[in-house]
This record gives sequence, C-alpha cells and structure tokens, in this order.
Amino acid sequence: MNVILIAVIVLGAIGLVSALILFLAAKKFAVHEDERIGKVAEVLPQANCGGCGFPGCSGFAGACVKAADKGSLEGLLCPVGGQPVMEKVADILGMKAEASAPKVAVVRCNGTCESRPRIAEFDGAQSCRVQQMLGSGETACAYGCLGCGDCVAACQFDAIHMNPETGLPEVDEEKCTACGACSKACPRGVIEIRLKGLKNRRVVVLCNNKDKGAVTRKACSVGCIACQKCVKVCKFEAITVDANLAHIDAEKCKLCRKCEDECPQNAIHAFNFPPRKPKAEASAAEKPAAAAKPAVPAAEKPAVNEATVPAGSPTANVEPAKEQ
Amino acid sequence: MKPIISLSPHVHGGDSVQKNMYGVCIALIPALIASLYFFGLGSAIVLATSVAACVFFEWAITRFILGRERLTICDGSAVLTGLLLGFNLPSNLPIWIIIIGALVAIGIGKLTFGGLGCNPFNPALVGRVFLLISFPVQMTSWPLSGQMGYVDAETGATPLALMKLAIKEGDTSYLDQLPSAFDMLVGQTGGSLGEVSALCLLIGCCFMLWKKIITWHIPVSILATVFVLAGIFHLIDPSYANPVQVILSGGLMLGACFMATDYVTSPMTARGQLIYGCAIGVLTVLIRDFGSYPEGMSFAILIMNGFTPLINTYVKPKRFGEVKK
Amino acid sequence: MKTFKIGGVHPAENKLSAAEPIRTAAIPKQAVFSMFQHIGAPAVPVVKKGDEVKVGTLLGEAGKGLSVPVFSSVSGKVNKVDAVLDSSGTRRMAVVVDVEGDEWLESIDRSDKLVTFKDLGTITAEEVVSRIKAAGIVGMGGATFPTGVKLMPPPGTKAEAIIVNAVECEPYLTADHRLMLEKPEQILVGIQLIKHAVNCPKAYIGIEMNKPDAIQLLTNLLKEKAAQYPGIEVVPLKVKYPQGGEKQLIDAVIGRQVPAPPALPINVGAIVQNVGTVYAIYEAVTKNKPLIERIITVTGKSVAKPSNFLARIGTPMQQLIDEAGGLPADTGKIIGGGPMMGRALMSLEVPVTKGSSGLLLMTEKESRRGEVSPCIRCAKCVSACPMGLEPYLLASYTRLKDWDGCEKNDVTSCIECGSCAFTCPSNRPLLDNIRVAKQTVMGIIKARHMEAIGKK
Repeated sequence: MNVILIAVIVLGAIGLVSALILFLAAKKFAVHEDERIGKVAEVLPQANCGGCGFPGCSGFAGACVKAADKGSLEGLLCPVGGQPVMEKVADILGMKAEASAPKVAVVRCNGTCESRPRIAEFDGAQSCRVQQMLGSGETACAYGCLGCGDCVAACQFDAIHMNPETGLPEVDEEKCTACGACSKACPRGVIEIRLKGLKNRRVVVLCNNKDKGAVTRKACSVGCIACQKCVKVCKFEAITVDANLAHIDAEKCKLCRKCEDECPQNAIHAFNFPPRKPKAEASAAEKPAAAAKPAVPAAEKPAVNEATVPAGSPTANVEPAKEQ
Repeated sequence: MKPIISLSPHVHGGDSVQKNMYGVCIALIPALIASLYFFGLGSAIVLATSVAACVFFEWAITRFILGRERLTICDGSAVLTGLLLGFNLPSNLPIWIIIIGALVAIGIGKLTFGGLGCNPFNPALVGRVFLLISFPVQMTSWPLSGQMGYVDAETGATPLALMKLAIKEGDTSYLDQLPSAFDMLVGQTGGSLGEVSALCLLIGCCFMLWKKIITWHIPVSILATVFVLAGIFHLIDPSYANPVQVILSGGLMLGACFMATDYVTSPMTARGQLIYGCAIGVLTVLIRDFGSYPEGMSFAILIMNGFTPLINTYVKPKRFGEVKK
Repeated sequence: MKTFKIGGVHPAENKLSAAEPIRTAAIPKQAVFSMFQHIGAPAVPVVKKGDEVKVGTLLGEAGKGLSVPVFSSVSGKVNKVDAVLDSSGTRRMAVVVDVEGDEWLESIDRSDKLVTFKDLGTITAEEVVSRIKAAGIVGMGGATFPTGVKLMPPPGTKAEAIIVNAVECEPYLTADHRLMLEKPEQILVGIQLIKHAVNCPKAYIGIEMNKPDAIQLLTNLLKEKAAQYPGIEVVPLKVKYPQGGEKQLIDAVIGRQVPAPPALPINVGAIVQNVGTVYAIYEAVTKNKPLIERIITVTGKSVAKPSNFLARIGTPMQQLIDEAGGLPADTGKIIGGGPMMGRALMSLEVPVTKGSSGLLLMTEKESRRGEVSPCIRCAKCVSACPMGLEPYLLASYTRLKDWDGCEKNDVTSCIECGSCAFTCPSNRPLLDNIRVAKQTVMGIIKARHMEAIGKK
C-alpha cells in the first residue's frame, strides 16, 4: 500500500510540476501570429518552392497579409497555384485578386550534341555550376546549356528532364508551374519564365549566345548570330537584338511565325502550333528554309538539318561570315 | 585532341577505400594467425563462415533487394565486417548462429541505413551484440585456448568472468586465478577468437598507425582512460583487478584498436575522437565493474556510436586564425 | 624545422625541370594581351587597330578601383582590340599585336648590370610604390593581386615583417627555384626596395627544404654581404603543401595566424610577396622596365624537354610547348599553373599572362579522376585541411543547398588549396562542391551587405 502511495504521490508531483513549467513556458514564449497567415498558408500549395520570391509558403502568406493591410495584393503571385489560388487568398483577406497571365519555363538553347560540337571533356562533380567555373565548358559556347541538370535537380514538380539524346533539358508544360526555380538554378540564365501565350502557342529564340555572329557560328550551328533578319521581318516590333542576341517580346508577338521562316540559323522555334498546311509545303520550293519546320524542334531535328542546308548549315555559312 | 577539363586539384594522393579496408584486414593478420594457433580448426571455420556470409549477404542484398547495379563487395568493407564479427565470436559457435550474426551485421547494421558510409553503428558489433543477447549460452561459453577442435571443446571461465566474480563476492582470491599479465599479452587465455592475443592486436594497430589508416587519438584515449579508471578502483578496493590485467583482458584491445576506430561510426575531429575514446573507456569500466555483463566494450562502443553525430555537431576542429573568446 | 601548424598534404614533387637553366623563349609572331591579367577591375585598352607599339608601350590603363595597367611586350602593329579566348576559358577583352622586329622604348634599361640599393641614391618610399604601380606589377605566384595596393598598408596597420614567398609548394613548378639560383642579388635588392617602400626593418625569405641549393646560395650571399643587405633572413621550411599559401606561410615563418576574412595579412603585421614579384619590382624600380616578361615552367611527365622559359607576356602557350619538344601524343589535360591549384585550359592558343607560373601537360591516364564512391567518413579531409575546416561537411551542405550551414562552418575561409580532394580515398569532388558553396555564400554576404547599406 505504502509503495503504491509513494509512487502515486511522486509521479503526481512530477506531473504537476511539469505541467506548471509547460504552462509558464507556453505563456512566456507564446508567439503571437496573425491567424490570417495560417489561413492563407492553408490554401497555398505548400511546395515551398520559393517561386514567389519569399522563403516558402508561410513567408508568402505573411507577405500577403502585410500587403492586404496596406490595401493591395498587387505584385504578389503564387506562380504554382496561379490565379485560382490567388483568388482564394484574396477571399480570405477580403481583397480582389488581380488577373495575371500564366507562364511557363522555356529552355533557350537548342545546342544539341550534333549542332554544338564538344571541344573538351568535363570531369568532376556533375553540376552546371561547377562546369560554369571552367569558362565555356565542354562546348565553345559560353552561354548555352551545360547539360549537367542543375535545373532538373531544382524542380520540385518533376516538370523538367534531361533528354539523353540532345543533352538538353525539356520542360513538361503540363507540370510546369513557372515557379522559376530552374531559372534561378541555371548558372547561365538559359531558362526564361515566359508567358504561356494564346492556346499555349509561343514563338521563341532558342539561343542565349551573346557572342558576335562569327564566334557563335563556330560554336554552334543553330545559334543566334544577330543578323537582324527577324527584326526586319517582324511587323509588330516584337523582336529586339540586344548584345548580339535576338529576343521576342511575348506580349507584342502576334504569332505570325514570319521570323521563324526568316531565321537563317533556325534559332527561332514555334511551339504548340498545329502542323503546317500543305500550302506551306508548296511554297517550300521557293523558300527551302521555310519548309517543314517541326512544331517540337527536338523530335524532328535531323529533318530540319537536311531541309535547311542551303541557308542554315554551318559549312555553307562560315566563310561569308568571316568576310563580313 | 579533346582536352579534359576539371577544377583543381588535378592530382590525387592515390588513397582509396579499398586500400584502407584491406589495410585494416592486413593489420588483423597477426591476430588471425594467433587465433589459428590457439584455437585451430574452430577458428578457421568460424572466420571463414563469417567472412563468406557477410560478403554473400552484402552482394545478395545490394543486388536483389536494393536493386543496385554497382557491386560493393570488392571495396573490402564486407570482408572487414566479416573478419571483425568472427573475431568477436567463440571458436565453437555453430555455423547457423554465425550466419544469423552476419545477416544482422550486414543487413540490419549496414545496408538498412544505405550501405557503406551511412551506418550509424558499427555493423560487426551490431551483429555481435545481437548474438550475445539472443544466444547468451552459446556466446559466453568460451573454449580454453590451445584446443584445436571445433566441437566439444572444453570451456572455462575467462579472465573477465573471474574479475566479475571477484567484484561480486568481494573476494580477491578469484583474482589469483587470473593468468599472468604476460600470458594475457601473448594469448594463453580463453575468450573470443580475436581477443586472445593483445600483443598481435597491438602489432596490427601499429601497422595501421604507420600506414596512416587510423590516428592515435581513439586507441590511446580508450586505453589510457581504462587504465586510469581501473587503477583508481584497484587502489580503493583491491577486489577490483589491477589495471594492467584489465587492459589486456577481454575485447578491450580489439575494441580500442579495430572496432572503435571504424571510420564511419567515429567522430571526425581529433578533439571529438579524444572525447569519444575517453567516454568509451569510462563506459567500459563502468559496465564491466557494475553492469550485469562481464564484457562492456561492445556496449560502450555502440553507445558512443550513437553519440558520434552529436560530437560531430558540437566539436569543431580549431579553425586557422581562430580568435580566442 | 618550421612549418604551418594545421593540416597539409605531401603530393609527389615531380620537379622535373629543377636543373634546367632559364631559357629565353622566342618572340611570338602574334601576341595577345588580355585586359584581365589581375584580380579586380579590368584594364581599359588605350590603343586601337593599326596603332604602332613598341616593347613597353602602354596598351591598357588601370581601370577604376583595384586595377593595374597592361604593357606591350613586343613591337609591331595592333591587329585588333576584341574579345579573345584566355586562360579563364571565356572570351574577354584583349589587345592582339602582330609582331614586327623587337624595338624597345628607350626609357627601359636593357643592361644586365646589377643596380644596388645604394646606386639609387635617395629614392623615396612613395617613388618606389608609384614605380611599382606604374609598371603594372601583380602577385606573380598566381593570385595576381595588384602589388602596389599591397604595399600601401591601410591606416592603423603597420608592416612588421616582409615575407618573401619562395616556397613554390606546387609540384612540378620550378620557375621560382631557378630564378633564385640565377638572379639572387637582384632579388635581395628587390627585397630592400620593398622594405624601404613600407618602412619595415625585417624581411624573411621562406624556402622549402627541397631547394637546398637555393637556401645555401642565399644564406652564403647574406653572410658575405651582411652589411649590404641588412635585416634579411633565409628561413628554411619543412616540405608540406600548401606552404606557399599566404596565410600558411605567415604562420610558418613568424608564427602568427591571420584571422578569418575580412582580415588581411597586414592585420598581423605581415606583407607577403612572391619571389617572382620581388624580381619584377627590382626591374621596375631600377631598370624602369614594366612587367612584360616572366619565368614560366613548361613541364609534364611525357614532355620531351621540361624547361624553364623567360617568356614575353602574350606568347601563345603553343609556342612554348613547341620549344619544349612539342605536345606529347598522350596529353589528356593542359594545366595553366601547378597541378594542385592550376586551371585546366581548353586550348593552347591562350597566352602567357602575368600570373602564369607554369604550363603542365598531364597524360591522359593521369588526367582522369578516379571513380567516386560513398564518403566513408574517414576524416582525412578534416585533418588535411590547412584552414581547419570540415570539407566533408561543407560538401554535403552544398548538396543540400544549406548555405546557412556552409556560412556557419566558415566556408568563406577556404583557400581552395585542394588538399581535401587530394587526400579523399573515395575520390569525392570535395573542392568542386565547396567552391560552389563559397561562391554562393560570398554572394549572399555581399547582398546582405548591400541591403544593410541601402537601409542606412
């Protein structure tokens, strides 16, 4: 009896003291948090990708609450959840969500193993950032994809993968949330977060090379040589050439695909367009370069090379470029 | 020519995992010869079974359960685990128990955590302690040395059992039955295969120090702590055995030189290794003198293995130019 | 025997060209002068296509902030001012000169006669520093830090010891060793000039024991002419890599440890100068010769004639290799510098720059790294690190992108000596990863700093 009593008293006393300590600690160290932050965080995707520019989803939620107190949610967007999630957030905070167009990651390099000869062999930790420290890396192009897959490792959504044949990453548009993690991970800034475009259709310069034309051409057969042809052909002033590199402004581009036909290097590609009608093929006799352009560039690569020998092949064009 | 490009350094010292692992195996050869000399056939059977089973399980599990293509049996770590496990077993242990021990050591002790480099506890000791707890009778009936057969060997009390008895009964006469320190050094005592000859183990340890496979910190700190602590106990109460005999008895030498110095499960910094070694020494003496098992080394090492990540977190090397605060 | 206290490794020395006297390399047909031959802001080209230049003509003036000028080492006509592939592996601004003849500016004294400190008369400290700056001298051990800046200690610091770095701890390289054997007195005069410039009474020459002839020669010289060269002492050091690291050398010679960045050697009263730099200082101050040549070791196990060349800056590496017996067929890696810290080059067109201490051709077999296996936590990297860091930990933090962890564990202290990767039995690319972490953490620290300034 005595033993049981002692046990009960001792354990009870320990329990009471502990409870007291816990109670005091809870009072003393209580963190007062705006309850709206928790509510907002609940509707966020909880991927903690940092695509919004804040450290994780709770950081973003805090920023939203702060912004709402100031009166506007402008400039805050969860790229993963997109518009629907922002509407929910706005509902919780009693605000109105602003519309924003969906975006997607675009790998601006088409320097496949065939088009961009390897001039050196990289040995070391398989990381683009490590290879970047060695100058231009395995190829002579100091701006293109390094092919070690830092972007793949950075993606939280399994939306970007290396294609072993081309040695380039490919974006799965269904899964891509445009969080920008891959873009930040790329030491060369090859990946652009770009407007998805009407019906997901986009026309993009698949090159990031800022060297002069002759240097680019030596390094890669499909690099932008800043010849300005696309700029001239564009009726909407959507294309600019800056630092030896053409860029198409997605907001101004009307998807006419004229630049794509014009580019002598096949650096401009159109995504998600239906296959061209036979009419276009008929005109191919006059403009061989404009012919069978594939909708998805990587898939039909060899065909393009054959079709464009007169205008786009490296051997045909290196000499005249030097003379210029 | 396509030049190879990589970041510096462009040369390598030539050290490799294999060199280290097989280096330890070579260091175990004197002890191996001693065990063959003292236990004959039994020793050969136990060691061969243990090594073969460990290598087999390493291969089978990585290949068929983990589905890894790369073979890891050549790196020598499984061979080493097998050798060390065998050294921790009595020479008359049935083969099926050895195989269970190898499965536990490799399967649970090592590959569950991801294989080489990832295991928090020394695999050989995990196997040994598992067997010790599961088969206490077989694991603690030590054949006396000098018996060459495998089965029906005559068993007897080990020095450790005598020491324990002396403490329990408070009777120093048991200590008089202990073999002399010289016999213990050379190996005229009973015990596990690898424990019998402290001298051979010391030779192996010196070889590893010479080859820079290990540093002195762990073995020296363990032996010194045990010596000092056991010495204090002996001075206070002579029913505690004298420190020289304590050091030479049981698995202490094997543990201090080969088990505690396992790369994966010991701390990374010199200071951390000293702390780790001292703690093992203290725990060993405490378990031997006050615990219910006569042998404390395995448990002490396993306990400190558990503390290794903590030591790594808090004990940092002295940084260059560190300003004293 | 003195040496630094923490860590270190012992790579095979392979000093194949130690007995080869310095040879003067031929003047190239075309020379390339990069504007990025030093740490800091690039030089700004001041010549244009078609300009005639002589040896010693200014090609690029010092840029803003930390920078030095670049001079022509050849005479001829400027071919172009354009981005050219250099040792960094990228295209950067450079001046390309087509060589015609070998005409020198008349202000340069081309004689071999030794000019002693006494001959210079009453030259002021400021005068010495300004001549060094005007000559475009940078640290010639490979770090290429502008020397003039180093010789102007910031306020509140005082130089108590000049340490001449004659360690040459990199395997294969022998340029500094040969220089000491062939120009000992010039180096001593150079040391006097540095002492004079920073008003410091004591100078030490740190030499590793693998160069006993150089130690002997300099010690004897100092004994014979003790009155002429006061306050200079040769300190023989135990052979251990990376003893030539600035911080390690200070620790080895005067036993003081420079605290973590942003502390500088001058904070413990030391100024370290490479022996090549000292020679360049001598030439600049006494002969009015800008930095247009340097000694470079061309070596490798299968190189026919490993040599030490006195080469004009801007000479293509290809030419030096041709003079050393041609490119061996089994070459796998071309390294600018030594094997421990040098840069792998992609092309032999790259020119000799102010910091090119060597050109090492490694065979294909030597070049490849071994297969990477898992970390066995052997702690060899920890005991090898001369900065007392934990390379295994930093490398795994990098893999986890835990930049906070890297910063807390002092990744910015890393001197990139490569001892960790050299010693790793698992062939893990420790330094590759640590470099990534160091770069990132430096970026984070800088951003934080900028933010703090912005808030103020």
